[in-house]
Amino acid sequence: MTVWFALLSLAAVTYLFKSAGPLLLGGRELPPVVDRLAELLPAPLLAALVVVATFTDAGAWRLDARAVGLAVAAIALWRRAPFVLVVVLAAAATAAARAVGA
Amino acid sequence: MDRGPDDAVCRGAEPIEAAADRRRLKRLAMSVVAAVAPFGVAFGAVCSEAGMSVAQAMGFSTLVFTGGSQFAAVTVLADGGAAVAAVTAGLLLSLRSLAYGVVMAPVLEGPRWWRALASQLMIDEAAAIGTVSEDPALRRYGYFAAGLGVFVVWNLTTFIGAVAFGDAVDLIERFGVDATIPAAFLGLIWPRLADGEQRRIAGLGAVIAFLLVPFVPAGVPIVAAAAAVSIVRPWEPRSARSIESAGEGS
Repeated sequence: MTVWFALLSLAAVTYLFKSAGPLLLGGRELPPVVDRLAELLPAPLLAALVVVATFTDAGAWRLDARAVGLAVAAIALWRRAPFVLVVVLAAAATAAARAVGA
Repeated sequence: MDRGPDDAVCRGAEPIEAAADRRRLKRLAMSVVAAVAPFGVAFGAVCSEAGMSVAQAMGFSTLVFTGGSQFAAVTVLADGGAAVAAVTAGLLLSLRSLAYGVVMAPVLEGPRWWRALASQLMIDEAAAIGTVSEDPALRRYGYFAAGLGVFVVWNLTTFIGAVAFGDAVDLIERFGVDATIPAAFLGLIWPRLADGEQRRIAGLGAVIAFLLVPFVPAGVPIVAAAAAVSIVRPWEPRSARSIESAGEGS
């Protein structure tokens, strides 16, 4: 129930964001502050997701094999590896760390 | 390339060049379409791990269809967060679709129902490929090539992930699938981190979220990370800020 409620609300408002330009704005521009927030918000939110998905578990700080995967991903990105390879390497490194009992 | 006042005239005059441009856009679109495949599988798998049905996983990928904000919402729900926190986290990430819509609106002409339908494809990839060229016909072509391509592959791979891992949630941990999400997000912000301002707010957002995790309900740390943008004072107009910093410099 919670899932469907969240899913449908998110879908509805996201669709308003997507369609406002083509359907409603008719060539008008966004207020500068909205433009600026849209440019700025992804960085802190995605960084927060990275940290929460890697270093926490069920509301507690936790260091485990996922950190190995993230470190490998960071090295791969720094070495300019293609996107797909970054993700595959992160999964492989995490799986390997778990296999040896990290 | 040369652009005439009317792109039909332009295409008539230079059919070979226009065809080459289309091929180049198609190749670009194909590469971004291929890149979303592993994340689609990961998204389906994460939904399974969170105890969601295949229908719910597919609902996110067809109806929400934004990638990043789907992951954010499902991550919050998986940790037992409230629906409001999940939706807020998702919306803060999908706000950029509003900006894409403004950029793409001039080339998405047609009947209202057609623009309404085309708007569902307003995602990072479609807006990116849709702004490679300046020619309206090529921009439209790029938008639909990337948008439709990603829509099909994203939904197909979500389905595969949800079904393949639905009966074997332990495989997610064994194959390290749970590590693909942070790796993917890191990949998404990586280009932004070249910019000092973006690096500062990303770092602060990460610290805020990490510190809050044990003390507030799931989802709130992600939403709270948005406050990091306040250090660069986004409410001040750009011109005022550049005048101010020029004043500081002298």
